[in-house]
This record gives sequence, C-alpha cells and structure tokens, in this order.
Amino acid sequence: MLRRRVIPCLDVANGRVVKGTRFVDLVDEGDPPELAERYALEGADELVFLDISAAPEGRGTLLDIVERTARRAFIPLTVGGGVRSVDDMRDVLRAGADKVSLNTAAVADPDLIGACASRFGRQAVVVAIDARRRPAADDWEVVIKGGRESTKLDAVRWAQRVVELGAGELLVTSIDRDGTRSGFDIGLLRAISERVEVPVIASGGAAGPADFVAAVRDGGADAVLAASIFHRRIHSIAAVKQAMADAGLPVRLVPEAAA
Amino acid sequence: MTAFGHVRRVPDVDRVPGEGRALRFAVVDYGAGNLVSIDQALTRVGAEVSIARDPSAFAGADALVVPGVGAAAPAMERLAAAGLVEPIRAWIAGGRPYLGICLGLQLLFDGSDEDGALTLGVIRGRTARLRDAPTLPHIGWNQVERVREHPLFSGIAAAADFYFVHSYAGVPEGPDAEASTMARTSHGASFVSAIARANILGVQFHPERSGADGLRLLGNVVDIVRSGAIATDPTIAVPA
Repeated sequence: MLRRRVIPCLDVANGRVVKGTRFVDLVDEGDPPELAERYALEGADELVFLDISAAPEGRGTLLDIVERTARRAFIPLTVGGGVRSVDDMRDVLRAGADKVSLNTAAVADPDLIGACASRFGRQAVVVAIDARRRPAADDWEVVIKGGRESTKLDAVRWAQRVVELGAGELLVTSIDRDGTRSGFDIGLLRAISERVEVPVIASGGAAGPADFVAAVRDGGADAVLAASIFHRRIHSIAAVKQAMADAGLPVRLVPEAAA
Repeated sequence: MTAFGHVRRVPDVDRVPGEGRALRFAVVDYGAGNLVSIDQALTRVGAEVSIARDPSAFAGADALVVPGVGAAAPAMERLAAAGLVEPIRAWIAGGRPYLGICLGLQLLFDGSDEDGALTLGVIRGRTARLRDAPTLPHIGWNQVERVREHPLFSGIAAAADFYFVHSYAGVPEGPDAEASTMARTSHGASFVSAIARANILGVQFHPERSGADGLRLLGNVVDIVRSGAIATDPTIAVPA
C-alpha cells in the first residue's frame, strides 16, 4: 500500500539553510546537504528545498547544493523557488533534483506548467499553491510572493486548472496557518484533494503529530510537509510517523530511526 | 564473490575495497532528468560509472543502465537522435547485463499506451496506465512484494518499501511473462514492479532514491554482474 509521506522543508538562502519568517530575521541553520542527510536517516520520505535567495547570484550556489545533497541523501528531492522557465527546470533536474516546484511563475505563465510537463513528465512538476481564506466568500484565494500579493484566483479552481495543464502533484500551503503552528487548514486540503486525481502535499500550520494525522485522514492529503517543528527538534520524524501509524495510516517506518 | 544467499550486513551499503576490479556501469544519458543520484548510488556500491551519451561509451562497459522518467515517445526520439536505439538492442541481444529503471524498464516492451510510441520490443507486452489507482501519478514509497526469489533482492526484507514515481507500467505477455515477474506492487490494481529474465533486470521503482534498501538492491546488481550469473537467453527475440 502506498505510504503517506512526511516531508521536511528546508528554506535555503545563498547556500545555507535558514530559519525565520520568510525573508526576514533569517538565522543560519547549517549546511543543506548535512541537514538533508540527517533527515533522510531519521526517516524523511522526501525533502523539499525552497530557495529564498533574493539575489540572482544565489542560483549557482543553489545548483551546487542540490548536487551535493543528491550525492548524500538517497531520497527524492524537490526544489522550489525561482524556477521560471523550462531551462531553469532542466538545470535543477540535471543538478540532481527529482522534482521542481512552480509557484509564482505558474501564476504568471500557466503555459509553463505544460511546457515543463511535456519535456520532463508530469511527475516532475509540482505546482505550489499558496492560499488565503476569504471568510466573506467562504472560499480561498491564491496569493503569490509569500502571501504579499493577491491574485483573485479561486484556489480550488486553480488547483483543478493546473492539474489539467500538467501538474503531477500539488503543494498546498495555507498562508493563514503558515508559521502559526495552529494546525493545517483541513477544509482547504479537503476541497482540493476531493477534486483532483494527483497527490496533494499539505503545508502550513503543523504543530504536532495529531496535525499530520488530521491532514491525511480528514484533509485527504497524500503527504505532509513541515519545517520549523523538525528544525527546532520539537518533534522527530519518527514520532510523527509513529502517531500516523497508531492512527492506522500507512507509513514507512525506518528501523534505524525508530529509537 | 557471489550474492546468492548472501545477506548483506545492515546498514552496510559501502563496498569493501579490494574485492577485485571495479565493474564499469555505463549509464545512458538521453536527457531524461536526474543522473546524479544514479551515478552516486552506483558509485557508492562500488561500481565505476561512465555516462553514455553515444554508443562509443558502451565499449568496455560491464553493464548498461537505462534510467529515466517521463513519457516513452520523447525518450525514444532522444535515444534515436543519439544513435543509441540499435546499440542498446544489440547489447541486450548479445546477452550483456542490462538494468532498466522506471522508464528504462518500460522501454523494453513493444510499445506504450501513453503516447502510442513503439519502444525497444525486447520484452513482449505493452506499457499501460495503472488501473483503479486512487491517485495518479503514483508517487511515493510502496511495498515491493516478491513473487519469486532472485538475488536482486538478497538481504532485503520481504515487502520492503521502495520509491515510485510513474503513472504507467509494463504488462508482460506471452509464455515467459510469469516466470520473468519477480515482484508486484499494488496501487489500485497490482502491477509488475520488478522483472528479471536472463541478462535483463528491470525495476519500476527508483532504487537510487530508495534509501538503504535501494543501495542494497544496486549492490546486488553489481554482485550479479560480477558473478557472471547472467546467461544469454536465446528465446529473447530482438527485432531487427
């Protein structure tokens, strides 16, 4: 049976893992390949690198760390942030990434999704959707640039559209919950997972193991992504997976990480 | 040394130096994505890796590895453009060791339902969309359930998890279909996730992305090639 995945997300700026509110108060957390290897040994099912380098010169550094990571952690790696063309995607894949995540660039140019999918296969194209709840309309809107810019797109309809265009997987982040550690937006996850055939990765709001269980059981997510609770060692990957297993969800338990 | 019945130490996946000459694995590069992880994984288990972008790189290789993800038609076009289609067929027909990973396995069949592509035609059957799958693509770790013993899985627990990324899988046909099926996996309906037949080894999952068990499996491939246990099978008909 297909396992539900637990995915640590590493924010990377100029070759280092950083933490902090996206773009501000960044604190150096270490060498990406080193952290990636640690997470892989602890039972991570995949890794996501989110490149938040503001400067273009960060790109070469990013490709270098993608390659160094691919040579140390023998689990799949998705790279997001700053991929704006088929050539960008080719470079990231050639460096050793297995998948690329498109966000702002997909909103700006939806045809990019199909172009990337036909060149590299849809399984390599993850579309990241940052969504903010609109209480008055009782729906969610797509936002870009870390939530600073509104697009007026309905998040559920956008999800269906990007899948039609060629997305092989969706990374759905609740901007309302991101960084708040108040749990995932289950309604958002369910609204999307019920309407698309592709796997949905839940993101934004993880506080503890119970949230991972809820995202899968109630939100219909295939995978759950989190950053700070793993980086700050608030919960281990093994503890999260054990809670999921105890709730009857299929997970890959890594013997060496069980301790 | 031989891998038969040999249980590798856990989690030892590094090779012991001095086991003899390193075997050279030619990994075919036809622009189908990530080669870094397969290069690194094979190197880690003691193989010497060369990247093959044209047929001259096959010379002196002990085994051929065709990786790849994505659709069959563009892959066949790129293989043809690089002049690699006939050399790959000749390699297989000559009884030389071949490892196909994901698309590299699917390309061995007659054709693909995904885009109607005619593929290498080395194994009878077609590549078809996974049936009754709750989600597609089938992305993530899933159990590889063995249906018969093969040194490919030496030292690996039954129904161990491996990483998959695909929507299609090869469906072997003909009298040898069952005998060449080594493992199956379920995502909706069950499909063939590992085959072995004479000099051909193929896995639908990605051992280079499947952690310690994936490295063990690749180490087993190195052992199989080293042992010379691969035999020429005259029943494999390679179309002219």
